[in-house]
Parts: sequence; C-alpha cells; structure tokens
Amino acid sequence: MDDLYREQILEHYKRPHNFGRLEDADLDFEDTNPFCGDEQHLFIKLDDEGRVSEVSFEGKGCAISTAATSMLTDELQGMSREELIRLPKEFVLDLLGIDISATRMKCALLGLKIVKSASLGSSADWDDEGRPGDPSEASTAGI
Amino acid sequence: MATASVTSPAGSRSIDEIRAEFPILERRVNGQPLAYLDNGATAQTPLQVLEAMDRYWTEHNANVHRGVHTLSEEATNLYEGARATIARHLGANPRDVIFTRNVTGALNLVAHAWGRANVGEGDRILLTEMEHHSNIVPWYLLAKEVGAELDWVPVDDEGRLDIAALEGALERGPKLIAVAHISNVLGTVNPIADIVRLAHDAGAIAVVDGAQAAPKLPLDLAALGADFYGFTGHKLYGPTGVGVLYGRSEVLEAMPPYEGGGSMIRKVTKERITWADVPARFEAGTPPIAEAIGLAAAVEWLEGVGLAAAHAHEAELGAYALERLADVPGLRVFGPPAGDDRVGIVSLEMKGVHAHDVSEILDRHAIAVRAGHHCAQVLMDRLGVAATTRASLAVYNTREEIDRLIDALHDVRRVFELG
Repeated sequence: MDDLYREQILEHYKRPHNFGRLEDADLDFEDTNPFCGDEQHLFIKLDDEGRVSEVSFEGKGCAISTAATSMLTDELQGMSREELIRLPKEFVLDLLGIDISATRMKCALLGLKIVKSASLGSSADWDDEGRPGDPSEASTAGI
Repeated sequence: MATASVTSPAGSRSIDEIRAEFPILERRVNGQPLAYLDNGATAQTPLQVLEAMDRYWTEHNANVHRGVHTLSEEATNLYEGARATIARHLGANPRDVIFTRNVTGALNLVAHAWGRANVGEGDRILLTEMEHHSNIVPWYLLAKEVGAELDWVPVDDEGRLDIAALEGALERGPKLIAVAHISNVLGTVNPIADIVRLAHDAGAIAVVDGAQAAPKLPLDLAALGADFYGFTGHKLYGPTGVGVLYGRSEVLEAMPPYEGGGSMIRKVTKERITWADVPARFEAGTPPIAEAIGLAAAVEWLEGVGLAAAHAHEAELGAYALERLADVPGLRVFGPPAGDDRVGIVSLEMKGVHAHDVSEILDRHAIAVRAGHHCAQVLMDRLGVAATTRASLAVYNTREEIDRLIDALHDVRRVFELG
C-alpha cells in the first residue's frame, strides 16, 4: 500500500473532477508553482447570492497538485467569496489525507492559492490563512 | 563482473577507488545506498578538495591582496596559485581568468560590462532555444534596458542546434551569440569551435556557457577562440560560491568594470577613479578565497583521474543508460542518440506521470535525479513538456546505479498502475 500515491490520489490525478474551462466564469485565476513551473487555471461561476455554483480547473501538474485541486473543487459548491478567501491550508491537507513533505507543499497548496486569488482578484500569499476584508472590494476575474 | 576502471596517463584507478574519495557516496537514503545521478545540478566533492579548503581555513585564512603579514601573503599566493592552476587547465593566461560567484555571475558580468558598452538600441543578440535561464535572463534584461532585440537559434527534433538557422541568424548581424557548450537538459555537445568561427566571421562575439562542459571535456580556450567562457565550481567536483569567467585578453582589456568596490581600482580620489588591471578590475571586494582554492584542487583532482578517461567512462555509461532506457515502456527520452555529440545527461518523460512524481518514487529507491524545467523553460516549450526527469552522470557513477534507475522506473509504472 503506497501512502503518498494511495488509490484516491491516483484516481483524482488520472481522472480529475471538474476538469476543463468555464467560458462564462465570473472569477478566474491562473498561477504557477515556481518550484516546477506547473500551471493551473481555475474558473468559478457565482449564483445570484454570490455563492459558488460551478467550478472547474485546467492545467498540467503532478499527482499531488492535480489531486489536491480536483478534491478541493469538489468542496466549493455554495461557498461565498469570503468563505473561499478564509479557507485554511488544513482544509486541503485534510482532503489529501497524506503527509506532505516541505518540498511538495506548494504542489498541495497551488489549487487553494488559486481559489483564494480568484476570490480576491489578485495573487494570494502561499501562507495565506484567510484575510479579513470586504470581498466586494476585490476586483473580479483574471487580473 | 569485472570492476570498471578509469585509465588515464596518470595511472589507472578503479571506480571503487574513486568512489572511496567521496564519503558522501557511502550515505544511505531511505535505507538504501545512495545512487547520486544529479551531477548536472551539483557534483559531489572529493576529500582532496575538502582538505585543500580545510587547510586554508585552519592554517592560512586572511584577506588577499591587502596585508603584508605572513598569513595575508600566504592567502594571496594560494588564491593567485589557484588562478594559475585553473588557467593552465583551460589553456589560458591567468590574466584572462576572473573568479566569479558561479556561472550566473560570469554571464551577468559579461552582459553588464561588455553588453552595456557594446550593445545599443536596435542591436541584435542571438541566443539558442536550449539555453539555461542564466544564459537567457541577463540578455533579456540587457535587451530591455538598451532596446536591443533577441533572436533564437532553433533546436531540431533530435535535440541539436539547427546550424543552418544559426548561420541565417548571424547574417542579421548580431553583436553576440550566447550559447551553451553542452545542453543541461539534452546532453547535446554543440559544435562550439564551428559556432565561434561562424560568429567571428559574422562580426559577433561568442559567449559560451560551459557549466556542463567544463567538468566533462578537456578545454583549450586559447585555441577555441571564444571571447567569453564561463563555468561554475560546484558542477566540477568543487565548492559552491565560486565560478570562472575566461575572457579573451583584447576583449577584457577594453571592457569597463562591472561591480565597484575594493580591489578593482588603481586609485580613488574625490574627483576621479582609475581602474585596476585585468583581472582584478572585475573582482570587486573580497573574493571567495577558500572556494577558489577548492576549485583549483578540484581541477587538479580531475586531471589526476584524467579528463579523457573520465569522459570515456561517462560516455560509455551514458550510452548504456540510453540503451536500457529504450526498454522501459512509456518513456520519451530526449536528446541525440549516443555518440560523440552526446554526454551522460539524460532527460526523460514518462507518459502519464509527472516528473516530480517520478523523482519522488526514485528517491524512495535512494536515486537522486532532478525533476522540473531545469531552468530551461524555452527548451521545455520547444519539447512540448512542462517538466522532465533528468539523470546526469559523473565519473563515480556505475552500471549498477543505472540498473537501479531502470528498476525504479519500472516501480514508477507499478505505483501509477501503468501495467
């Protein structure tokens, strides 16, 4: 039994959920893991109340980054931008359910960083634990 | 099985004897003996080099070119002696050998000092698609600053430079061509003497990134005629923190300073500063003294093994690796086939598995390789990949380590259920 590459991780890597583009997204953000150059592009559609109604992502990445973002996108339905911005790292790490070494941490957190960046309308910090603030002041999509 | 050996004019040393000079190679990682195949990033350092640096620190440490006390004189002699050793190794005059912090430092020095004096608006700078970022970014910065244009020599499908395209690009009259002697991703040995000649015929200077070549090939820089040639210590069995920039005398003599500071001046008054002679003009501040001594010791160590013998061993091992890799399903192996223009640097992509995951699983087998874009994103784009896994060989590597690499790649397939 492989710990890091357990079945669920490989399943999400080989067949990522919510994979593809959303052409009429309300929020989107693209970012890179500076360590390896991997890119992910995330798209979010919001409903009338400003909550996530649809989410998707695309890009190239390793098993860890792809699985992490795939799992994360499964959980975002119904969240407000404020809630997205405040998601802690542990949210993703718990979803992965495996020990992540320091060198692979950015792989695990790339998707979360992009979710927060899309919600903020600007690049979020890697260590961002959720910033208070009025999300309505954040500019939208793809800056 | 007979023990492999390296035979050189200096004698014959078995690989086991060579390995014994590298204590780190006895390390175990994840419970298994280390197979260090990341030499293109950093090679390991033999005891002879560590001892040379240790001796400096414990017996001679002082600043150079300053005091008249005994230790300072000893340190100066050791430092300048290191320059002389390296110059002899390169077939160069010591005056033409500048110590830098690494090859990045060497290339930035050229881009700043030569580039700002000689490249202006509308001028062209010729690069190749296989360059490391250290031989792209300094030129990009220069081009942005002065309004120059970058041109690119393409890489063909086998991983060689398109020399016809290079000749065509030279017809546009670039001020310089910046080119790697050996690609850090593909292991391609570029026909550097031909490129230098073509550049000179077109009125361009040639700046050569020798980071991967200096540890592997005998060099005669005076005969090669390159205007600048840079390399780094830590890929040549030496320490980090030191590199070398060789420059052709006429070019160096005419070149203005790079960084300002101590050592690089002749006289400083409030009104006027005059510059020190070459090479001191380009070595502002206290240099990496112990590291320069270490690099010279590394050069002597490599000469003791014999560059030709080391190269033959690595070439044989590289060819063996290419042959074995061809039998692993789902692998795309980059670079030219085994031959005179290919060294033991092997980049690969396993279909369906990201390079980082390959590397992670290899590490479980105590096999150290590099995964990523190798600071060569222009080349990654050309190859159509985001990242590759790279094994890069050194003189102390063995067939057994290649066999372990192959077995571990099969394990990657097993973990990722690739059948």
